[in-house]
Amino acid sequence: MTYEGWILLTACLVGISCGMVGCFLIVRRMTMLADAISHSVLLGIVLAFLVANSLNGIYMLIGATVIGLVTTFAIQSLHNSGVQEDASIGIVFTTFFAIGVILISLFARDVHLDVEHALMGEIAFIPWNTYTVFGIEIPKATGMLLCITIFALLVILMFYKELKLTSFDAALAVTLGLPVALIHYLLMGLVSITAVGSFDAVGAVLVVSMLVVPGTCAYLLTDRLSVMLLYSCLFGAASAIFGYYGALWLDASISGSMSAAGGILFLLTWVFSPRYGLLRRYRAMITS
Amino acid sequence: MIQDMWNALLHQPNTQWVVLSTMLLGIASGVLGSFALLKKQSLIGDAVAHAALPGICIAYLLIGEKQLLVLLLGATATGLLATYLIQLITTTTRIKKDAAICLILSVFFGTGIVLLSKITQQAGGNKSGLDHFIFGQAAAMTRNDVYTMAGAAGGLILIAFLLFKEWKLLIFDPDFAKNSGLPVGLLETLFSTLLVITVVIGIQAVGVILMAALLIIPTISARYWTDRLGWMVVIAGSIGACSGIVGALISTISTGLATGPLIVVTAAGCFIVSFTIGPKRGLIQKLMAHRVRLKEESI
Amino acid sequence: MEALNVKDLQVAYDRKAVLDQVELSIPKGSLTAIVGPNGAGKSTLIKAILGMLKRSSGQISILGKPYSPKNRNVGYVPQRGSVDWDFPTNALDVILMGRYGHIGWFKRPSKQDIALAKEALHKLGMADYADRQIRQLSGGQQQRVFLARALVQDAEVYFMDEPFVGVDAKTEKAIIDLLRELKQKGKTVIVVHHDLQTVPEYFDHTLLLNRTVIANGPTEQVFTEDLLQKTYGGALAFFSTNGDKRVMS
Repeated sequence: MTYEGWILLTACLVGISCGMVGCFLIVRRMTMLADAISHSVLLGIVLAFLVANSLNGIYMLIGATVIGLVTTFAIQSLHNSGVQEDASIGIVFTTFFAIGVILISLFARDVHLDVEHALMGEIAFIPWNTYTVFGIEIPKATGMLLCITIFALLVILMFYKELKLTSFDAALAVTLGLPVALIHYLLMGLVSITAVGSFDAVGAVLVVSMLVVPGTCAYLLTDRLSVMLLYSCLFGAASAIFGYYGALWLDASISGSMSAAGGILFLLTWVFSPRYGLLRRYRAMITS
Repeated sequence: MIQDMWNALLHQPNTQWVVLSTMLLGIASGVLGSFALLKKQSLIGDAVAHAALPGICIAYLLIGEKQLLVLLLGATATGLLATYLIQLITTTTRIKKDAAICLILSVFFGTGIVLLSKITQQAGGNKSGLDHFIFGQAAAMTRNDVYTMAGAAGGLILIAFLLFKEWKLLIFDPDFAKNSGLPVGLLETLFSTLLVITVVIGIQAVGVILMAALLIIPTISARYWTDRLGWMVVIAGSIGACSGIVGALISTISTGLATGPLIVVTAAGCFIVSFTIGPKRGLIQKLMAHRVRLKEESI
Repeated sequence: MEALNVKDLQVAYDRKAVLDQVELSIPKGSLTAIVGPNGAGKSTLIKAILGMLKRSSGQISILGKPYSPKNRNVGYVPQRGSVDWDFPTNALDVILMGRYGHIGWFKRPSKQDIALAKEALHKLGMADYADRQIRQLSGGQQQRVFLARALVQDAEVYFMDEPFVGVDAKTEKAIIDLLRELKQKGKTVIVVHHDLQTVPEYFDHTLLLNRTVIANGPTEQVFTEDLLQKTYGGALAFFSTNGDKRVMS
């Protein structure tokens, strides 16, 4: 595959995996938690690097998942001790992120990991760093993202019912004997690994836009969760593709441009959605 | 290192100014943050801070040089636009507030990154130094920047002091406030605008990503020491000031470390101390109360 | 046999006891109303029994066995305000959720599950609304969807939190018909109820609650002026019209 092909594929995988997972965050009103996790993941990656002294994907994945769950747990504990939920989120992730940034500046300066990378990823470099699987040479980050996307898809397919029910009506889920807390942590684990998978491509901060924007667009277009998941993946891939070509045209940051493209897609959906769009609202107001 | 810090503080006027301005910034954000927390608007500050980045970049592209006041005007404009859009999205669609905040925050920030990458690669001219706005770099501030920031922060503190009782009533009981003849709409708008200004003047020292922490952490820490709003504002301001001073000092003497993360980590330290030993709902106090109760019950 | 037995139940928020020393038993096959003033802990009682709130103390048994969701013998209809009405889901889908306990992990709803859900919709007069997003339903219709969902749970003991609040006359009739049908099938239904006037008409068993049990027994014995005054702290006015005793809170 060409250089451009790999970048597009990687970007689309980011859009699809984040789009899928993001839907559940939106219907659970937990996008802020995702914002927190995607920032904290930076600390996980840095710690994994300091401990294992390598940038191997597996260590990063473990480190980030652990920190992601620690973040979720810390926020929950603070909230339980009486701190407002959004304030708990604000305390935990900014602190973790700050520690991550300081550690990078102190210890990891000379390696591939730097602050700029953490911020916006380096999708343009991904195709250079490859390994060979079954005789095909594929970029490492793309391979990892592919695995993560498939894994996330499998988890969502297997636990679709449970994820849906705990999102919609946790009280009923409790009376039916579903392990509500476990499913919550399962989802947060999924958010963490998706965030790590996307880290190389779009960085810790812009992952949030891939997690939230496609799902929000889909949310304005359908009343079925399953359809919303599908649309969200499509929107994710579309932001990736438009973002990439937009970046080529402007000669600017690819990840930033993916996020901006998502913003434009949202704006269009917001205005033109046949179900919940501003135009329809406006027309309904005039006729009534 | 402590020695270096003292020397810098005592003998370098530049350092003294930087420290003074971050101190004022810390007080202002502690004070405004307290009101924002009680209004349940903590994370709006986060959105405003991220949204400031494209504003700064646009202002820079328009005037072509780094003039702090103009950049901050740009930041205020996009910051206000972001709060307005969040409001509009939540009122005109079924999208909930958290998703709207995240959406606006990340899209504005992404747009900011696009513009920033464009600016940094533009040939010629001095290196813009705009990337300092991302994590904050107090040492990079010029004398003029420091005056601007200190002046604005001082103004904010003064206004908050003058309007203290009106805002208090407004937050605690908006209906009663309206009945008492207060111009509620005006006060609300004023508050939002001042919150945006606080965030905006803070981004040069703390950076757009972490600015929200300076609004939230000192405020929450103060809750563990008092139940009165007046004291809370004072304590939050002091913790903010402390974090500002320590962060700025460490950052100016050891070049290369961004100021924002240092300020945040200092504030987080204050939070952990307050969370543990604070007399109001602090960890130790809770354990003691539990013990006393067990004893009472066994008697 | 007793449908529900509660011993020494205590629930506390922030050290303040909301429910204290609650002891009660409800006979199998009864229609029971839980009645009490605002803040008496009615919803809290149900949530504590079903383990949605932490209990400080207390033993709960359902049909003679300690309560566990795994027994799948309990159905629950939450207060209407407690879910997100913008959730991307339609009426039929919500009802199907009631089957999830029976379907089990990793499996999809079967044709039979779907048929059951449709039947329940039909029974509550909602067959035409299967595809509606739940926000587009009226308050009464939303309530009927939740009842249908409880129905397909196929439980033995049902807990319903204020099902009659804010519904139209048609829905009220549908609900009460359903309650009677459940009773006929030998099921037990326990309802948090607000409207004192309809208690004697709808329910054969009544529990008066105000932070603790004031009285518990057959409606005709418990639903007296004396005991009601005691429950409501004297804040009730009684007056009669056409010989009927009417109560206003």
